[in-house]
Amino acid sequence: MQQLNLRAEVKNLIFSYGDKKVLNGITLPIYENRVTALIGPSGCGKTTLLRCFNRMHDLYANAQYHGEILLYPDQRNILGKEIDPMEVRMRIGMVFQKPNPFPKSIYDNVAYGLTVRGVKKKSFIEEQVEKSLQQASLWNEVKDRLHSSATALSGGQQQRLCIARALATEPEILLLDEPTSALDPISTRHIEELIQELRKDVTIAIVTHSLHQAARVSDFTAFMYLGDLIEFGASDQIFTNPKDQRTENYITGRFG
Amino acid sequence: MRRLRERAIETVLFLAAASSVLVTIGIVGILVVESIPFFEHVTFKEFLTDTQWTPLFENAHYGILPLLSGTLLSTVIALSVAIPLGTVAAAFLSEYVRPSWREFLKPMLELLAAVPTVVYGYFALLFVTPLLQKIIPSLSGFNVLSAGIVIGVMIVPYVSSLSEDAMRSVPNHLREASFAVGASRMQTAFRVVIPAAFSGITSAYVLGISRALGETMVVAIAAGMQPNLTINPTEPAATITAFIVQVSLGDLPHGSIGYQSIYVAGLSLLVLTLCFNIVGLWLRKKFQEKE
Repeated sequence: MQQLNLRAEVKNLIFSYGDKKVLNGITLPIYENRVTALIGPSGCGKTTLLRCFNRMHDLYANAQYHGEILLYPDQRNILGKEIDPMEVRMRIGMVFQKPNPFPKSIYDNVAYGLTVRGVKKKSFIEEQVEKSLQQASLWNEVKDRLHSSATALSGGQQQRLCIARALATEPEILLLDEPTSALDPISTRHIEELIQELRKDVTIAIVTHSLHQAARVSDFTAFMYLGDLIEFGASDQIFTNPKDQRTENYITGRFG
Repeated sequence: MRRLRERAIETVLFLAAASSVLVTIGIVGILVVESIPFFEHVTFKEFLTDTQWTPLFENAHYGILPLLSGTLLSTVIALSVAIPLGTVAAAFLSEYVRPSWREFLKPMLELLAAVPTVVYGYFALLFVTPLLQKIIPSLSGFNVLSAGIVIGVMIVPYVSSLSEDAMRSVPNHLREASFAVGASRMQTAFRVVIPAAFSGITSAYVLGISRALGETMVVAIAAGMQPNLTINPTEPAATITAFIVQVSLGDLPHGSIGYQSIYVAGLSLLVLTLCFNIVGLWLRKKFQEKE
């Protein structure tokens, strides 16, 4: 394995919604060009943690962060009060649980991130659209109908389109929130292969309910339970030789 | 016994639903029947091409164009106020305001619709017109401009309330998708939410257009009731509705051709409103297909 570089570091992150504490002090490294999976039973806070990375919680009232998420190499705390969430989202992309393409053309969907950044140069946008669709292995299926509606695509295609949309702005980290939970097995496999490919270009953090998926696609796995990080390690180790009893119980299906 | 009750309820429901259809058919029927004597005296060509509408004069002319121009002019002015204002207000309410504030602001805005139109009429005549005269000295005391602007303000709540409903029904995951790639609130509102809600927003516009076309009191009071074929909004003019009011007030003897002309005017207005509704329906369908 190549040398590991930090891409982000979560440090003692406490997150609460109003009075309700959801994350009780999480510390976790995110390594560059690796896939980190967040697993754990429902309500453990894995999606909440993922949504801290791009400050999604700021859209709703009463979200409170304590602690830090440092983004490398500049080591800026993206949870800092002085940081504009928009700026964070410019650097960190996200793909959601349910495919959510805009009711626009395929091209406009992928170009959206660039146009909201004020990119005007058409040739550059065209290049990026093609490149991201290729990265999302969707190009061959849609290249002849870039200007038809994105909502006419199948669920799996829509999700790959959402990945292309997130990639078009060349994010430093890509967040995937259960990206295959709404898809059929074939589309799921497609996306999993894609994640393996994408790792070369981008750092990925993925939340998943499927332990098999986590084992298949991730390099590192973090097991969370009731708002705590129980165990973090190389995926091989977590799935074959967990150190914590609770991790073992979860991955062997005894609870959760 | 139970089946009988079911049948009875069904009948009552049917009658309730049918009543509105029947009333509409009745209105159209009367308008058409009462228009026939008019067209026995005035040819259809004259009605559509004559540039004067003077049923009250000795030398009577019956050209619908001046009334049509007045109606369309006041509607266009009203819409150029109501559509931008109503859409922006809706976007503000739906995308920017905290829910607790929205619960307070929306009813306040809807209160605008509760002001009697006669009040709006005098507001146009005695407040807006003098104000505009300071900017445009040549503005006549009765004019379409101030009537149109005030109608526009009046229909803002219709446009904004329905548009806001449409915008709020846009699923949240589309907003999140937009924010997630780094869009601002404004970009999300104008590039994602409004386009996604456009079929609903179109319905709001169509309702606004119908209200503006049919508005009577404001134009009758502030626009001068002078049929005038013009597209200059600083001049007085009459709309179809204002003319109907004028005649109904008893300026013309019952049964005369001039009197019959109000039915023709009413029919014209109905056709006009229907046209806009059809266009709106078509637009809505088109945008729905896109989604």
